[in-house]
Amino acid sequence: MATDTESAAPGAGTNFGVPNEKMGMWAFLGSECLFFGAFISVYVLYLGGTGDGPGPAIFDIPFTSVSTFVLLMSSLAMVMALAAIQDGDMRRFRTWTLGTALMGLTFLSGQVYEYTVFVEEGMGLTTSAFSTAFFVLTSFHGVHVSIGVLMLGALWFMSFTGRIDTSQRSQTAVENIGLYWHFVDIIWILIFTVVYLIPVDLLT
Amino acid sequence: MAGHRKAILARTVVIGALALGLAACGRTEMSEYPLDALSPNGPIAEELDRLWQIVFPIAVGVFVLVEGLILIAVLKFRDRGDGDLPHQVEGNTRLEILWTIIPAVILAGIAVPTVGTIFELSEAPAKEERVEVEVVGKQFFWQFEYVNEGFFTANEMVVPTDTPVYLHLEGDPVYKGPDGREIQEASDLVLHSFWVPRLAGKTDFVPGADRYMTLQASQEGTYLGNCAEFCGLSHANMRIRVRAVSQQEYEEWVAQQAKPAASPPEGPAARGEEIFGANCVTCHAVKGHPDNVGQRTGPDLTHFNSRTRFAGAIFDVEDTQQLRAWIRNPPAEKPGAQMPPFGPDQISQGELDALIQYLHTLD
Amino acid sequence: MTAVADTPSKGLLSRPGASSGWTSWLTTVDHKKIGIMYFAAALIFFLVGGLEALLMRAQLSTANASVLSADAYNQLFTMHGLTMIFFAIMPMSAAFFNYLLPLMIGARDVAFPRLNALSLWVFIAAGIFLYSSWLFGGAPDTTWVNYAPVQEVGPDPAGLTLGGDHDQRMLFYSLGLQIAGIASLASAINLIVTVLNMRAPGLTFMRMPVFVWMSLVVQFLILFAMPVIGVALWQLMFDVGFDGNFFRVDAGGQPILWQHLFWLFGHPEVYILILPAFGIVSEILPTFARKPLFGYAAIVFSGIAIGFMGWGVWAHHMFTSGLGPVANAAFGLSTMFIAVPTGIKIFNWVGTMWGGRMRFSPPMLFAIGLVAMFTIGGLSGVTHAVVPSDAQQHDTYYVVAHFHYVLFGGAIFGLFAGVYYWFPKAFGKFLNDRLGKTHFWLQLIGFNLAFGPQHVLGLNGMPRRYYTYPSGMGWDMWNMVSTIGAFIIALSVLIFVVNLVKSVRSGEQADADPWDARTIEWLSASPPPPHNYDEVPVVTSRDEAWHRKYAGGGGEVPRPVPAGASADHAEHGEEHHGEHIHMPDPSYWPLILAAGLPLAAWGVVTGLWALSGIGLGIVLLSAFGWAMEPESEPEPHAESEHA
Ligand code: HEA
Ligand code: HEA
Ligand code: HEC
Ligand code: CUA
Ligand SMILES: [Cu+2]
Repeated sequence: MATDTESAAPGAGTNFGVPNEKMGMWAFLGSECLFFGAFISVYVLYLGGTGDGPGPAIFDIPFTSVSTFVLLMSSLAMVMALAAIQDGDMRRFRTWTLGTALMGLTFLSGQVYEYTVFVEEGMGLTTSAFSTAFFVLTSFHGVHVSIGVLMLGALWFMSFTGRIDTSQRSQTAVENIGLYWHFVDIIWILIFTVVYLIPVDLLT
Repeated sequence: MAGHRKAILARTVVIGALALGLAACGRTEMSEYPLDALSPNGPIAEELDRLWQIVFPIAVGVFVLVEGLILIAVLKFRDRGDGDLPHQVEGNTRLEILWTIIPAVILAGIAVPTVGTIFELSEAPAKEERVEVEVVGKQFFWQFEYVNEGFFTANEMVVPTDTPVYLHLEGDPVYKGPDGREIQEASDLVLHSFWVPRLAGKTDFVPGADRYMTLQASQEGTYLGNCAEFCGLSHANMRIRVRAVSQQEYEEWVAQQAKPAASPPEGPAARGEEIFGANCVTCHAVKGHPDNVGQRTGPDLTHFNSRTRFAGAIFDVEDTQQLRAWIRNPPAEKPGAQMPPFGPDQISQGELDALIQYLHTLD
Repeated sequence: MTAVADTPSKGLLSRPGASSGWTSWLTTVDHKKIGIMYFAAALIFFLVGGLEALLMRAQLSTANASVLSADAYNQLFTMHGLTMIFFAIMPMSAAFFNYLLPLMIGARDVAFPRLNALSLWVFIAAGIFLYSSWLFGGAPDTTWVNYAPVQEVGPDPAGLTLGGDHDQRMLFYSLGLQIAGIASLASAINLIVTVLNMRAPGLTFMRMPVFVWMSLVVQFLILFAMPVIGVALWQLMFDVGFDGNFFRVDAGGQPILWQHLFWLFGHPEVYILILPAFGIVSEILPTFARKPLFGYAAIVFSGIAIGFMGWGVWAHHMFTSGLGPVANAAFGLSTMFIAVPTGIKIFNWVGTMWGGRMRFSPPMLFAIGLVAMFTIGGLSGVTHAVVPSDAQQHDTYYVVAHFHYVLFGGAIFGLFAGVYYWFPKAFGKFLNDRLGKTHFWLQLIGFNLAFGPQHVLGLNGMPRRYYTYPSGMGWDMWNMVSTIGAFIIALSVLIFVVNLVKSVRSGEQADADPWDARTIEWLSASPPPPHNYDEVPVVTSRDEAWHRKYAGGGGEVPRPVPAGASADHAEHGEEHHGEHIHMPDPSYWPLILAAGLPLAAWGVVTGLWALSGIGLGIVLLSAFGWAMEPESEPEPHAESEHA
């Protein structure tokens, strides 16, 4: 079966004309929507549950906007990487892949920095229901970014060993990881909007 | 072949009869049992039962229909090893529509009174007619506060007949100590559910939130209940007794409960009062006790001896032997009890007797 | 692939070679072997869960019994519920999905064979992890629904009876189910892609066997339900493991949130448990009535409708928690109306039997058993939906009776029907017919004795989750009857196990199509070759296999076609085509990756973070090794032989 898809067009021999891997990724992302949806709902529910601790006023919107922008740009880089491998240009592919991963890392460092600031200001994981909901939601997103970075790193590495080349199979793999990356990016836009941008009184 | 068929018929009939028989038993024979949800004894529980009276016969009807059809099919359409294959029928649109619409209509018929009753029961009884009790579920006993009358009791409540009793399941209780200071209930409350089947359905006690329910008894007598939401090791030992009495008897009871406990004169009981002050007031409130601080970790014991049962209403108050064992080692008598053991090194045998004598003066 | 053909592997580990012997089972990626292992593991968990039930029933047989302590009882019923739901019925259904879906849609394997193996091993790892809690001082003990805040406060906060660290038990709950959830999720994705993308030529949606349909619906339910409980489980882990505040009242948390999340998962879950069984009987009834499924389209669409409606009823488990009259009324109504699509199925099954020529082999007996017994459970479900009335029924044995009638009377009867039906396909041998019938009748009687009286107990006021009860409440006799019934069930299950062992060894031989069945898996040999079909069948109608055997449909009396296609194919195939078909190769990685997860989880439970690190390291490393390893080794002249 696997060899089938290698020679022919992507998705050839399937009922929907979509490669299995890609359809699987879509299904997985569908599932992830509920994952994040539930976490975001819990966060909104707990906006008022700040107890004696700090509330949403603690957020530094300009700072997070910058790291959000970096993450957004990484999606663009991902698009470039895919285009490169589809053109058969492995050098350009490596550059963009590495770039995407680095921007992801930048975003993660921003998140770690932000956490340390919050903890210094008296908002830790255990401070209130609100703080727990905030940290768990955003760190889960962070874990998703980290996994994305790991996968991008693996792509980069495998492009040297020959596991990733210009074959149809490799392109599908890159496309899939790209899908994941864009998804994680979009989810962040949603989280950023709900957590940082929308005023609290609109949500409660 | 025919014999075999009869055997199957017989077996099936026996099973069907069994199921129906069980259902019937549920209605009639049991009503002598105190927790029977099908023998309501007050208007609230009767409301619930009225719905059951509608839906149960319908369920039995559908049951008989479906099982009957299966039975007939099994008997009639078995392979007798003769002749051809049956007609290859793929379906029937008319039947399809029929068995979609009819159940839908039946269900709509159940839905209407259901929704009506939901809203009806959600209304609180008029303020001037009702008795108000604040209920707190704890691991593992029920605490009742008669808010307007100003006293506490546990496990057993007394209510007047034909009067709605409005329960406030208070998930975030705060008490006033004897010195007027506010005492916050410990924050580790868990879910329980208050259920006295003959008087009303159940309502969960939810930590941090308020819940309300009404119950009402039509006849005098003792109604039993249970905790119905899993709450820990002694979930099974968290019972309720509701004693319904005449209005006059109720007023006498209230007058008695509202009084502080009198200090016993000289003698072992007075000694017991001291021992109680030294060991027990940190958890148990006894209004009128010189050392009372109004702490409510354990049940209010001001009128302990006016109750019939203790420790989640599982033991007899009169049973001195049991009471002795309880104070010596509560978790051994009732798994998970939140009261620590008092061994002979803390309370000697003689002191224990005095303590129990004191408890028995708390009428 | 540019690689030289005789290099065995480019991965981190050399490729496992054996294709027989016990080690081949550990590394296999063949969906049929995986299906059989799923079944074996699920059966073991079913026996263990049953054993736990027997202990509970022993304790409950008389008033004030002292067979078990309160603590032991609480652990047993919690583990019983978890085991039966997550480690017996779900994987038993997965066994059928795995074994049958590729065969039924004419595929050679699932879309992602290694992922499939991963699902199996992760599920087994989750079960081992959860059960290891008994080695660490105690199993989860605050019910399978594990409501907040007793999960955090504990059943004995003062610790005078239990002592021990209750949080640890909750970590086993949280992480054990979390790991099991990963397995279900992976297999859901796999099977969705398989069914959507890998159907044989001509196998359009409306020609798919109902079992395939119901499985597809179930995979979507799993796909969307698992993340919801996943969120709740993470929250629980953060609360008990890291002092989070999701359900802590004093820090602003709301205990009711847990109930919403749990049941938003939990109600779709009950349809995850029952729909596979519905699919199975929809295959068996037509075969043994020897006529097509009555109202195929209605059955399919009602299954889909149940899948959708199942998302809108979760709060019917919370009628007494104080949601308010509006929510109660809305959820009461939505719940009642699920009876409509379910009724459609029941009536269509009766329609299938009606006018047929039924043969009462064990699969048929169990299938009819499902229709008859599930109906009882469904009807008590409707009485629950009458909200005010449920205020009397909730958390009593009446509910316990309801869900055992649907779970045991529905799911378990259906799964047993499936085992008797497809066993000849998987092993080329029949299960013994006499033992099978004995099993059925004993189970039917035992089941009704065990759970029928629980209706009475519940209406009579006996609450659930009570380790003890006093005499004089009218409960004594019925509890004894129920216990006797439970032991009769156990006897029947024992007979089944004996039958299984005997028949695998020396059962009566079965040919490719022993039941004169209707769907295409019967076109393949029994047991099917590793590649399932030498030539993928081209499907021209629903009940393809039947139509190849008999001419005439649509109300006519059919007559046999002279040359049946089934056996023919399989025999010739073995000689001419079989050896050229290239199947995915076995792999070590699924097994190794799966082993990393419980290690990481034990690390969290014990606070040995190094252990967690090692576990996660194994997971990451094997994920990488997996990615480096091609699905199948390149073969010389790999290009040419695909038809
Ligand atoms: C396989 C699993 C399964 C299935 C299929 C169902 C099906 C249904 N369930 Fe059940 N349920 C459980 C498993 C299941 N349930 C479990 C495990 C619990 C307890 C969890 C716990 O607390 O531990 C539970 C609890 C539960 C409750 C909560 C009770 C309480 O705790 O207070 C309710 C309340 O409404 C309910 C309702 C229903 C209904 C209406 C259906 C319907 O889908 C049934 C529909 C079927 C029929 C009605 C029969 C066939 C129909 C006809 C023949 C048509 C004609 C019928 C009429 C006109 C009435 N269930
Ligand atoms: C699919 C699900 C499923 C199944 C099949 C069963 C099967 C059984 N259940 Fe289960 N049950 C649940 C799901 C299930 N249960 C759930 C979800 C709960 C709620 C838990 C909670 O409240 O949190 C529950 C709760 C529950 C209770 C209520 C406990 C309480 O509230 O206090 C009881 C009491 O009688 C009970 C009894 C039984 C019995 C007797 C069986 C029998 O059918 C079992 C049949 C017996 C066997 C299968 C034994 C076979 C074993 C041998 C022959 C021995 C050989 C053994 C070895 C070699 C290991 N169950
Ligand atoms: C740390 C708290 C604590 C202390 C100290 C304590 N108790 Fe208790 N007591 C409890 C709790 C909690 C209960 C409820 C146990 C249950 O029913 O599960 C209880 C229940 C009781 C009851 C049963 C009351 C009823 O009506 O159900 C009696 C009697 C009692 N205690 C007497 C005593 C005496 C006498 C002492 C001192 C020697 C004492 N207690 C000290 C916590 C305490
Ligand atoms: Cu209190 Cu159960
Ligand atoms: Cu439900």
